[in-house]
Amino acid sequence: MTATVAVVGASLAGLSAARALRARSYDGRVVVIGDEAHAPYDRPPLSKEFLAGTYTREDLALGTAADEALDLDWRLGTTAVGLDRGRRAVRLADGSEVRADGVVLATGARARRLPGTEGLAGVHVLRSLDDAVALRADLLAGGHLVVIGAGFIGAEVASTARGLGLDVTVVETQPVPLAGPLGARMGAVCAEVHADHGTRLLSGTGVARLVGTGRVEAVELADGRRLPADVVVVGIGAVPNVEWLADSGVTLQGGVLTDARCATDVPGVVAVGDCASSWSPEAGRAVRVEHWTHALEQPTTAVATLLGTDPGTRPAVPYFWSEQYGHRIQFAGTRGDGDDVRVVEGSCADRSFLAVYERDGRPVAVLGVDQPRLFTRWRRQLRSAEPALP
Amino acid sequence: MVPVCPTDALPPGEAIRVTADVPAPVAVFNVDGEFYAIDDTCTHQDASLADGWLEGCAVECPLHASCFDLRTGMPSGPPAKTPVRTHAVTVVDGVVHLQVGVAAEGAA
Ligand SMILES: Cc1cc2nc3c(=O)[nH]c(=O)nc-3n(C[C@H](O)[C@H](O)[C@H](O)COP(=O)(O)OP(=O)(O)OC[C@H]3O[C@@H](n4cnc5c(N)ncnc54)[C@H](O)[C@@H]3O)c2cc1C
Ligand code: FES
Repeated sequence: MTATVAVVGASLAGLSAARALRARSYDGRVVVIGDEAHAPYDRPPLSKEFLAGTYTREDLALGTAADEALDLDWRLGTTAVGLDRGRRAVRLADGSEVRADGVVLATGARARRLPGTEGLAGVHVLRSLDDAVALRADLLAGGHLVVIGAGFIGAEVASTARGLGLDVTVVETQPVPLAGPLGARMGAVCAEVHADHGTRLLSGTGVARLVGTGRVEAVELADGRRLPADVVVVGIGAVPNVEWLADSGVTLQGGVLTDARCATDVPGVVAVGDCASSWSPEAGRAVRVEHWTHALEQPTTAVATLLGTDPGTRPAVPYFWSEQYGHRIQFAGTRGDGDDVRVVEGSCADRSFLAVYERDGRPVAVLGVDQPRLFTRWRRQLRSAEPALP
Repeated sequence: MVPVCPTDALPPGEAIRVTADVPAPVAVFNVDGEFYAIDDTCTHQDASLADGWLEGCAVECPLHASCFDLRTGMPSGPPAKTPVRTHAVTVVDGVVHLQVGVAAEGAA
């Protein structure tokens, strides 16, 4: 058998892993298996520019002309259904298998659905290009949009839909949206931006059920209120695509469990991106990070682990961004409840500020709204304070 | 040639954004005493690269962190896919000048 690495999942983390293998002069066969028919594409624009209609499909492409030289063996439209650790093989849905010395698990996550809403027209989730195409078609018909969940994707869809002229209501179970990632105080500040732009935000209210036969007509809330709805977007988080690994011997714990260097407990198998729950020395536990930059950078470490070379780079602090109503929201670091938050520049009322999260007087995270320059300096400073890999 | 600023107004490690007398904004950087100029607007989205982070002879975009080589304009990796244009810089009588539209030596 020629030396082979199988990469399962053909999106940002998978493509980055394939590029990292070649960048480290790996000259064996690299097989990239992806269940979507599309060549790797970028997801962040799906709730922003692509949904708004300012980006085309071509704009979404992650691949470039330089990738031709990587000489990858693409298996698109192919679902991996199992990993056989003894035979070191990835089993595919068509009954064939790919034998490999090394395996990179990069199957990402899928949108969580609201139980009992299958088959009801007008109800959407947003994770894939196909989802975005279907949602955009429904949004263009106009009318009332109800977004269930005021997380980042829900908020971005609300913002884009307002731009398209829809009447938008966002329903959130938690009393304060984004309290998880940003903390209650800053979550509340970001939530106010919805009202600035005419989006109704109903927090602390659960959804009882969706009303409609064949097509959705309304969303009924736990308190009995009924919101008319022509389109509903369910944005209640994502679940890792790891069920296919159930019998593989790879430990699953809210994702594929890995150490800080992306190694699973099966030799020769690493995991990266949204499907991986990786040990974080900063957090003191395994965390499944669902950010773009993480899926881009983590494969460098994973590939070094696979090839037995030095990862070289210092681990980056977690970083993500969001765009809502023309505001650029950026966050870096590891926040904890009980951290003190201090606005060090601008003001929340002006919707342009930089807030620093401190623990024991030490900065641990930073949030910027429309402050890219200052934010970048703080993000750098947090990075240089981070301990190197053990 | 477009005058930018006296050399001592742009110390090492700093950047300045030029918008006057140029067709599109230009970012000028001082890397250890050497001056470099590139288009200020990132080729990915509309971030100002003068707001970015200088690391060696490259600038990291402040939004999604693509790094552009100041000598060639080439991005190191995603999300940017296309290079920024470079512009020649000369110092005349202690003043930094831009030659917009003239690619810097060694540019792609
Ligand atoms: C709408 C949207 C907006 C976003 N906006 C932002 C943002 O503004 N900022 C930010 O930081 N992050 C954002 N993200 C998150 C970011 O896109 C993800 O972190 C990133 O896509 C993760 O990459 P990944 O390769 O790990 O996983 P994914 O992109 O989920 O890719 C996994 C791939 O594996 C495939 N797959 C799954 N199971 C199998 C199988 N058994 N066999 C073969 N293939 C399989 C999947 O179909 C998919 O193609 C956004 C995400 C979405 C959906
Ligand atoms: S705007 Fe520069 S990398 Fe996105």
